[in-house]
Amino acid sequence: MSLATETPPRPEERPQPGKKPLTARQRENRAGLAYLSPTLIVVLVVVVLPIIWTVMLAFQRIRLINLRRAGVFGEYSMTNLETVLTSPGFWSSLWTTVVYTVGSTFGSIVLGLIAALALRAPFRGRTLVRASVLLPYVAPVVAVTFVWNVLLSPQFGLANDWGMRFLGWDRPIAFLSQREYALNLLGWQVDIPLALLTVIMFEAWRYFPFAFLFLLARLQAVPHDLEEAARVDGAAPTQVFRHILLPQLSAVIALLCVLRFIMTFNKFDDVYLLTGGGAGTEVVSVRVYEFLTARFDVGAAAAQALVLALGLVVLLAIYMRFLAPRVEGED
Amino acid sequence: MADRAAVETRILNVVRPIVITVLVVVTVFPFLYMLLLSIRPIEELLQNPGQLWIAPSEWTVRTYREVLTSADSGGQGFLKFLANSAIVSVAATALTLLVSIPGAYAVSRMRFVGRRQVHFLFLAVYLFPSILLAIPLFVLFTRLGLRGSLGGLTLVYIAQTVPVSIYMLRNYLSTIPESLEEAAAIDGYSRLQTLRKVILPLAAPAVMANALYVFMIAWNEFLFALLFLVEDRADWTVSLGLAQLSGGIEVSKTVLMAGSVVLTLPIVIIFFAAERLLTEGLTAGADKG
Repeated sequence: MSLATETPPRPEERPQPGKKPLTARQRENRAGLAYLSPTLIVVLVVVVLPIIWTVMLAFQRIRLINLRRAGVFGEYSMTNLETVLTSPGFWSSLWTTVVYTVGSTFGSIVLGLIAALALRAPFRGRTLVRASVLLPYVAPVVAVTFVWNVLLSPQFGLANDWGMRFLGWDRPIAFLSQREYALNLLGWQVDIPLALLTVIMFEAWRYFPFAFLFLLARLQAVPHDLEEAARVDGAAPTQVFRHILLPQLSAVIALLCVLRFIMTFNKFDDVYLLTGGGAGTEVVSVRVYEFLTARFDVGAAAAQALVLALGLVVLLAIYMRFLAPRVEGED
Repeated sequence: MADRAAVETRILNVVRPIVITVLVVVTVFPFLYMLLLSIRPIEELLQNPGQLWIAPSEWTVRTYREVLTSADSGGQGFLKFLANSAIVSVAATALTLLVSIPGAYAVSRMRFVGRRQVHFLFLAVYLFPSILLAIPLFVLFTRLGLRGSLGGLTLVYIAQTVPVSIYMLRNYLSTIPESLEEAAAIDGYSRLQTLRKVILPLAAPAVMANALYVFMIAWNEFLFALLFLVEDRADWTVSLGLAQLSGGIEVSKTVLMAGSVVLTLPIVIIFFAAERLLTEGLTAGADKG
């Protein structure tokens, strides 16, 4: 920089790479912003401005009918937030969201890890197997939720028919529309939240390929001689896993936890399509949708969406502060 | 200790094929079930819900005919939905690439004010629930009259996919040696020419993987399609059409299964055709820890 300011090149001179004269840098700066500007504009218009607007809507009493006269200078009040935070349904749905998110994140990563370990070593047909394992993740959500719905249906679903025929169930189980199910565990009556568990199972099924991909990629980068040496020393496979593979994977697992947590926390489609938010599966995003489209209460919907986003930020902050493994500076 | 190693190895040798089999069955079975139900007469399904396989002589394509013919001729009009989905997805893919290729190039190669802060912008796309974006966009599009138009939906898809697209492309672009660009500059190429004639051909696999990825996201998307297009049946995408019709009882389940197959098939074909390209693109950088 200082060197460049001392000897400003004449404009017709092509700047030498490495010397970074000031004008070249300015030109680069301008060009960089120009190349990025379409992205910035799109993200600004369709993401950043809507977020700001949501914050404004959350503090205004707005329904879809009186939307026309809503503007920047409307009346601001805390009414929406008050209504939302004091309504009993909201806290239970926030709790449902947390349970659903933690369960799905955990389930998908554990399943993904098992799959990655099983498919790690080459065998005949591995490419095909690997591709088919990824199917739940790439297939359209509407199609797979529909298939699960039919599969688990009490009237004509395969699961219930086979359950009654081969497993001796007395009557069909409504997996997706029954809130509580009394399970008889060795004489103990345990009530399990059936619909919620089914939805969590679905999430684990649909997203384990995502974890699988990342874990497999990382596993294949683990140096072979490390494992080889351990094996020569007589280490059992579980010991190799515990002391050699797991430490290598921990960074990826931590990253996956954060990614899956964020994505599942904000998820709308899966729950909406599976249960419509009924039977104890009402997560906040589905509730927001209900407020928006059934009650036309834009203000309250925005307030809830905002609380959802803030909740996520708080949870992530806690995670980053206390739980995340120290990551060396990126890039 | 050596004993333990031997025992464990033997157990794992038995368990591993079982695990692999279970994984394949669990992931593939729902799709097989979809396919098998779509060619079954509905009466037959209601009588025998537990039967998977029926004789080929009983297979029917009536379901596909019903789901594809237009609503005016008594069908479900999925052909129209397919066209809508294709228009939106192809447009979103082309425009996303047009926006994200220069963006990724800028982020990976050029130094400019705010380069390091760009990440925060992208983080916002993922940190905030799409339902949160949906509310103001719903309001805005209602006002602008963009609700019910495929163009508005395309715009949303671009915004949703540009960040991930830039991220994937940037990872790839940073593996292309900078000396190539310097050589091009010495040969008198402008920056844009370098990008078009040197960088793009080299990055073709990444761009292709990216295009397919964006296409799949747009094709599979549901929430925004539901919010913006639900009012007019002529605008429905395949996903939306299937979701709307499966809520009711008027359309039989086997016909809807045929609809599911129609919705899923393009994705499965693309995926199996380009599996290696896609999985490598998605996890690029993951193996660096």
